Amino acid sequence: MSKPKPTLESVFCGIPCINPFWLASAPPTNCGEQIMRAFDAGWGGAVWKTIGVPITNVSSRYSSIDWEGRRMMGFNNIELISDRPTEVNLSEIAEVKRRYPKNVVIASLMVESKRETWHDIVQRAEDAGADGLELNFGCPHGMSERGMGSAVGQVPEYCEQITGWVKEKARTPVIVKLTPNISDIRIPARAAKRGGADALSAINTINSITGIDLDTLQPNPNVDGKSSHGGYCGPAVKPIALNMVQQVQSDPASALPLSGIGGIGSWRDAAEFILLGCGTVQVCTAAMHYGYRIVEDMQDGLLAWMTEKGFATIEDFRGLSIPNVLEWKQLNLNYRSVARIHEDLCIGCQLCYTACWDGAHQCIHLDRASSMPDTRRTPAMVEAEAIQRISTTPIPKLDAGAPGCASAVTPLERIPRVDEDHCVGCNLCALVCPVENCITMERIDNGLPPESWEDRTAKGLVPPGAAEVMSTNT
Amino acid sequence: MSQRTPFHQQIVIQPEMAERFGDLHPPLDRQAAMPEANRCLFCFDAPCTTACPTHIDVPRFIKKIASGNLSGSARTILDANILGASCARACPVEVLCEGACVMHRYNKQPIEIARLQRFAMDSFHESGAALPFEPGVETGLSVALVGAGPASLACAAELRRRGIRANLYDARSLPGGLNTYGVAEYKLPLVESLREIEMLSQLGVDFHFETTIDAAKLSELEQKHDALFLGIGLGAIHRLGIAGEELAGVTNALDLIAGYKSGELTTVPARVVVVGAGNTAIDAAIASVRLGATDVHIVYRRGPEQMSAFAFEYEHAKSEGVKFLWHVQPTGIRGGNAVEGLELTKLESNENGSIIPQPVSKFLLATDLIVLSIGQAAHASFLVESETKSEKIQLEQGRILIDRATGQTSNPKFFAGGDCTNGGREVVDAVADGRRAGIGIAAWLEAQHVQA
Repeated sequence: MSKPKPTLESVFCGIPCINPFWLASAPPTNCGEQIMRAFDAGWGGAVWKTIGVPITNVSSRYSSIDWEGRRMMGFNNIELISDRPTEVNLSEIAEVKRRYPKNVVIASLMVESKRETWHDIVQRAEDAGADGLELNFGCPHGMSERGMGSAVGQVPEYCEQITGWVKEKARTPVIVKLTPNISDIRIPARAAKRGGADALSAINTINSITGIDLDTLQPNPNVDGKSSHGGYCGPAVKPIALNMVQQVQSDPASALPLSGIGGIGSWRDAAEFILLGCGTVQVCTAAMHYGYRIVEDMQDGLLAWMTEKGFATIEDFRGLSIPNVLEWKQLNLNYRSVARIHEDLCIGCQLCYTACWDGAHQCIHLDRASSMPDTRRTPAMVEAEAIQRISTTPIPKLDAGAPGCASAVTPLERIPRVDEDHCVGCNLCALVCPVENCITMERIDNGLPPESWEDRTAKGLVPPGAAEVMSTNT
Repeated sequence: MSQRTPFHQQIVIQPEMAERFGDLHPPLDRQAAMPEANRCLFCFDAPCTTACPTHIDVPRFIKKIASGNLSGSARTILDANILGASCARACPVEVLCEGACVMHRYNKQPIEIARLQRFAMDSFHESGAALPFEPGVETGLSVALVGAGPASLACAAELRRRGIRANLYDARSLPGGLNTYGVAEYKLPLVESLREIEMLSQLGVDFHFETTIDAAKLSELEQKHDALFLGIGLGAIHRLGIAGEELAGVTNALDLIAGYKSGELTTVPARVVVVGAGNTAIDAAIASVRLGATDVHIVYRRGPEQMSAFAFEYEHAKSEGVKFLWHVQPTGIRGGNAVEGLELTKLESNENGSIIPQPVSKFLLATDLIVLSIGQAAHASFLVESETKSEKIQLEQGRILIDRATGQTSNPKFFAGGDCTNGGREVVDAVADGRRAGIGIAAWLEAQHVQA
């Protein structure tokens, strides 16, 4: 029986979406011409580059973190909101909606914190035909110095009040974009919800200084020898974004339809955000890096995965991973796993060995060639022995019968051994191992029933004082 | 330091030759080196380091490239191997570090260690930095090193770092031995060898060129110095012992290679036959192609499976158009005043594995130049004749017997390393021997000193 053909169509806070892939409010959504090309490429929606009183930008504006030869693992910008007149942006919104009625256009807004000013911009954006509004309470640089962007998002009262003003006027759904530059994302999320927000989007960029030129001592991006903190995004921020998404979605006082943002560049990233409850995802850095064309595989890959998993719609899997994120105190302390090295796959790099000795619990050993387990041989001893070895170039005529060194088989003495009795199951060795599935974490059945710290505390099994820890994570 | 002209400025580079013998493995640029360096897994107790006779800490120098610490990378290399730039180019890495790379074991390309090493060393030379080591505090001790090839140079560097004077004696007018005169130019140009030795000499090494050491001179050196290091290499290439060998147009591979490298030989005739199938024979055959020969043969009395050349060298030779004739033995050289042809007899193996001539199988291979490359003779016998007061230096099949860990011979005051002890291997083996011997000599002298 063939599996049902899945669809990416969904409804997000009342807005019908042809797919969940939106371009985030940023340079890729600067003007109508760009957005129409993006829609042609397959993007389901676009959040317009934030509209407000036109600003003046600096040159230069972007900087990035490269990681071991790969470019832009983390990306930073000090660009402000739209530098185009509001009426130009609004007339182009109307034009885009006329030509692409099925694609979602969200107007991102940021104006001074006055009720009438917000009422005015809301009216004009909706009159232009925007399907919804995104309130930019997250921009961390420049605008915040003028009392806007994250300066609003960081103060729950402002966040609630301005959301309220907007809701007084708005006829379309109101999405509040949250800043991560705050100790607990749930505080502004709750404020937005109290203010009547229909949805949230998270996260905006993270305050950052990406680096300093070691020749000139100037931080980047360089603006006439100086720099300013910017907003950090790209693949590097995804884990931070996922955590914040989970926090919001697990908190009933915060939870609203959520558009996930932060380091999304592939269908896999998107699926993870949706599994933690997001209804749509927004992309910027990846589109800035590779262009609009990346959306093709985002659609294709997500559909293929949905087919494989038997999910017909986005709603079928949205939020499925939320119940799998607990508080630490609820985790099963009796669960035990140990590392297992699959000798047939091991290439003998011994990264697991050095990682376990220096970074974990000293329970991986190089003693397979010994007659008995030797857990006292330290890395320094191994290295000291190695330096004493005398090696020579193998010359066919002079070394008849000598083993060639380009052996495809890893010698036994180079394959580390896990002392399973002492392995704490931390995963480090499996994480550092360069070979897929060479080190697996195997469940050990110790016959013990599940028991969490919470359970132990309830049973009075924890030492006095240990349970009296102040919890800030509520 | 004396006012002599730096070694690498004592030679003239002919542009046409430089072009003909361009890099076999072109250098990496920074943009290529960085991702390659980042590909290195940084193995613990890395197999590449173990495979390297000098135990260069390969992952460490590669990570320093990745971090942009190029001077630190070069220092890591030089600390283990004072001829690190030469070895980056001359080493048969396919059977050493790169052959041992764990990447082979999961279907990945090995890390390009040699090219990364060259990148680090080239960057270091381009920066104009001085050798990152200081000579040790002078001890007043002195060692004579016979031969100024890689083994002696490596030994001298270790001695100088320990404040022991190093006097190198060499028959040639420039240092480096086979590192300078014996490595194919498309791998290691002569000028690069000299440049590296010039840097090494910043440690304050005393060179005595155009000085041949015989038994009498050796006794004299023994009187004058606290210890001796023998880095004398091997002797002349064997002769075939057949008629016609004295004709013009019969030479040997080492003379051919040294000749073109030093600029004395700029062309060869159209037809060349190289006798022998070792790595030196391959070098000579490829050099002949690059020097203008259009018809180059390698003839060998056994089959390809028994040749001593590395497989990758064999492939390289074939790719340059060198033709191989297997199971043939030279039995005569024809010609009037000069060589006209090499008479070959076909061989076959009998049931006990020895090879015997096939009857009535003689044929003539027309040629203008015959290059012999059938192994070098040992020339250490003069050591046995020398009037040393103490124990004789023991030889075995012409090779000097040493304690591998220290380089010490049966006569405790004499140490040795390189081809004269190992039968003829690579530059990197000689450097490793020399380095161990340098450390060995210093330890022995210190022990002597303590006892005294």
